[in-house]
Amino acid sequence: MSGFKHTIAVLVNDQPGVLQRVAGLFGRRGFNIESITVGQSEEVGLSRMVIVTTGSDTTLEQIEKQLYKLIDVIKVINLSSKPMVARELALIKVKAEPSARPEILGVVETFRASVVDIGANSMMVQSVGDTGKIDAIIELLKPYGIQELTRTGVTAMIRGNAQ
Amino acid sequence: MSAQTPEVRSTEQLREKWMKPEVISGSEILLRSLLLEGVECVFGYPGGAVLYIYDAMYGFEDFKHVLTRHEQGAIHAADGYARASGKVGVCIATSGPGATNLVTGIATAYMDSVPMVVITGNVATSLIGTDAFQEADITGITMPITKHSYLVRDVKDLPRIIHEAFHIASTGRKGPVLIDIPKDVSAAKELFQPPGDVQLRGYNPRTVPNRLQLDKLCRAIGEAERPLILAGGGVIYSGAHEALYEFVTRTQIPITTTLLGLGAFPSGHELWTGMPGMHGTYTSNHAIQQSDLLINIGARFDDRVTGKLDGFAPHAKIVHIDIDPAEIGKNVPTDIPVVGDVKTVLEMLNPIAPAAAKADAWRAQISEWKGTHPFKYQDSEEVLKPQWVIEMLNETTNGEAIVSTDVGQHQMWAAQYYKFNQPRSWITSGGLGTMGFGFPAAIGAQMAHPDRLVISINGDGGMQMCSQELAICAINKIPVKIVVINNQVLGMVRQWQELIYDNRYSHIDLSGSPDFVKLAEAYGVKGLRATNKEEARKAWAEAMDTPGPVLIDFVVAKGENVYPMVTQGSTIDQMLMGDA
Repeated sequence: MSGFKHTIAVLVNDQPGVLQRVAGLFGRRGFNIESITVGQSEEVGLSRMVIVTTGSDTTLEQIEKQLYKLIDVIKVINLSSKPMVARELALIKVKAEPSARPEILGVVETFRASVVDIGANSMMVQSVGDTGKIDAIIELLKPYGIQELTRTGVTAMIRGNAQ
Repeated sequence: MSAQTPEVRSTEQLREKWMKPEVISGSEILLRSLLLEGVECVFGYPGGAVLYIYDAMYGFEDFKHVLTRHEQGAIHAADGYARASGKVGVCIATSGPGATNLVTGIATAYMDSVPMVVITGNVATSLIGTDAFQEADITGITMPITKHSYLVRDVKDLPRIIHEAFHIASTGRKGPVLIDIPKDVSAAKELFQPPGDVQLRGYNPRTVPNRLQLDKLCRAIGEAERPLILAGGGVIYSGAHEALYEFVTRTQIPITTTLLGLGAFPSGHELWTGMPGMHGTYTSNHAIQQSDLLINIGARFDDRVTGKLDGFAPHAKIVHIDIDPAEIGKNVPTDIPVVGDVKTVLEMLNPIAPAAAKADAWRAQISEWKGTHPFKYQDSEEVLKPQWVIEMLNETTNGEAIVSTDVGQHQMWAAQYYKFNQPRSWITSGGLGTMGFGFPAAIGAQMAHPDRLVISINGDGGMQMCSQELAICAINKIPVKIVVINNQVLGMVRQWQELIYDNRYSHIDLSGSPDFVKLAEAYGVKGLRATNKEEARKAWAEAMDTPGPVLIDFVVAKGENVYPMVTQGSTIDQMLMGDA
């Protein structure tokens, strides 16, 4: 029962070392981190981390409880137990000789991605969406030759007024 | 003679002196803040990065500073002080190697939930991150083994941070907190203003339990036919031993206490079944396995207690009372979780808890087991048996001493054969199993209780891991009675190699150890030796008559094993009983 994916948001004090504390906790307790993003939250002095992890429900319960033991952790929310919007950004530098560009642009358009830079024989594609969509566009661009790829990991929020 | 501890000086006058708003250095702020937290004794070792702090301590007498011979000695002593007194232990070390020498002691305290504030120096803030001389990222190194930690970047934050550190260390599930102070911060001048209330948004330990869970527990007690209490260190840490006693006598539920729970309940009581687990009693282990209601009070289902988890207490409804929600369900699925301070929980339970009225047959069964399966060993008139030595200590002190140990066979024999009746009289490294812990911890315990008898029981292996602290016993006239159970071998490792590794005795021979009597004398501590019962009685009597520290080298039988024993991978009722 280790294959379940969970997305959790962790509201933390914006202190030096807080990312290390959170990531270190996952590491030493044998919890898996699939992706982790950190940034400012709506409140000054607090950051929000969004962590995608895999594990059974028991593991998830331990993760939440252990996170709460960290003094700098203020709130832990299991986003994936509720209707949520999850997004990831990817920048994909794909080999693009002028002759191949129209085809690539076709893929970009279909995925509502955008071209954010063009070089002599490459293009940089920016794609925003859920993890599945990003995986799909990468698959489709692979045949053209991906020179460089970077993904942000998932950030997420609960929809509307759902609590 | 008693240890030289300072008079308690926290009079209003002194407090006023400390509270006076003045521009002082970070080092003086530190000392005043410690005084405001009620600190009476710190253990430490100076070095370059803490010289401003030690300079501020020059001629300072408002608390006692004990200079150990190794930072490891200092941190274990602070730990022993905390365990024996219930107060926060304080330890100071310098940056780099001074700080890293604390790591074992911090981990020891973390595993056993001991409240400590650990102060380390660091290189100046301008040098941090440059691999400067004696620089180590000690907050980074100790992050997994502290409850919380601080790197102080601004002297303005110091009073608040120290106040928070003591609050965090001593509330909720207790633990060590580290404060790393760069050299320029301890030198910087600032107007000292005592901090206000602690405000930590992310830290609100829940002490009061959910009433509905207590009602469920009471119903379960009324229905149970084979109920058992499993009480741990949490009972002692929350000061709940009296409430526990009342709970047991009201409900008449039999009780087993874990290694760290020894002393939480009087060992002579008819409902006490002894320690459970790997080297626990037949009665406790069989009682756990056959119970239909297991009430865990402040214990954490350590693997040394549970044995094979799959098959642990298979018939029992599990109740778990703990201040740390993360412990509940961590190892054993829980039917009735109760999050709260053990003392608060028991005090709320006591007026409403029913007697376990359906458990008469069960109590009779337990009483029968206790009679037919006590701890036993084959005594000898030729060689000294380690179990006999512990029994002698127990009888001559009437179970009243504070006893500390390292880890290993001597620890288990002490746990089995010394009969603890009061909390905070048993000081042992349970979670981490730290060799070298017991002797310095005994020094700390004696500092906390200058007038009590403190016995440090060690193996000949562990004694050599912090033996340098004999010096501070001699110099400070700390009257610890140091017992070495000397079998010339790493006994517990030998036992495993015999029973599990097919008698392949790999690297356990400790011949070449120093003559412990001469070692003691080299430091100015009286040394005695005993090789048979008569010498043992005589040496112990002499030690008791001698003011000040005494080391007694008890030369015991080499091949003795600790029984019962549950080997790994077995359920706890599958016990090797030995041939006694």
